[in-house]
Amino acid sequence: MIAAFPDAQPIEGLIGGVLIGLAAAIMLVGLGRIAGVSGITARAAGLTQSGPSRIVAALFVFGLLLGGAASHQFITPIESTFPPGLTWLIIGGLITGFGTRMGSGCTSGHGVCGMSRFSQRSIVSTVTFIASGIATVAIVNALGGGWS
Amino acid sequence: MKQGLTALIAGTIFGLGLAVSGMMDPARVRGFLDVFGQWDPTLVFVMGGASVTMMIVWRFQRGLSSPLIAPSFHLPGTKDIDGRLITGATLFGIGWGIAGLCPGPGIASLLVNPIPAATFVGAMLIGMAIFRITEKPDA
Repeated sequence: MIAAFPDAQPIEGLIGGVLIGLAAAIMLVGLGRIAGVSGITARAAGLTQSGPSRIVAALFVFGLLLGGAASHQFITPIESTFPPGLTWLIIGGLITGFGTRMGSGCTSGHGVCGMSRFSQRSIVSTVTFIASGIATVAIVNALGGGWS
Repeated sequence: MKQGLTALIAGTIFGLGLAVSGMMDPARVRGFLDVFGQWDPTLVFVMGGASVTMMIVWRFQRGLSSPLIAPSFHLPGTKDIDGRLITGATLFGIGWGIAGLCPGPGIASLLVNPIPAATFVGAMLIGMAIFRITEKPDA
């Protein structure tokens, strides 16, 4: 397993995944809300009426920043490789923003919260965006634009 | 006040989870989508850990008449599998594959890697605003 996939970090992945699940649990059991990052971000930015109050949404978003920075500072430095140049980030960001609102969720809302509830919509959404992501990376690589 | 603090704690734990799991590295996420290349299965473990945790929590939730610090549950009730759901998910997948980032890791990276993260998040908010302008008004 590890030999076949030298980049894999299964233990770190599982630990991080359980933390993400706990965060989603707090939102659900505490506030009665789905921890969907795209929806909560849109709410914090005033781009939708649905969701928790804007201040609650904004504090969740601020927590994401804090958690990422705290982990980098106090647990282990985060090593990230971003696409070269800003063009991929701008195009990817625009399409991600539009698509997540149109499809009512992203990896967290549909992928984690919805699938674990066996929501058919979320299962269809997650299978679709993973397949679409795989196709996109394959096409970009075939065109010589791979960067990782 | 209580709700805001709870959301802040949940967001912070979520951000920690993204960081610990390696999901704040776009190259790693891209590696998961690169099934025809050097595939990196880490994201499967992240989704697995989060989903199994939430499966247990959903069972527990069924026994609650209301959340602990809010008057009622607000859960998606839509059942329609329609063109909007599929097209939206397809577009999101394209953006995810292009940037190696989805909304959570993009936002969690804002303080650690401000320039690329803010570029992605800024564009994402513009994309959300464009959808807002073009959609028929819903809720």
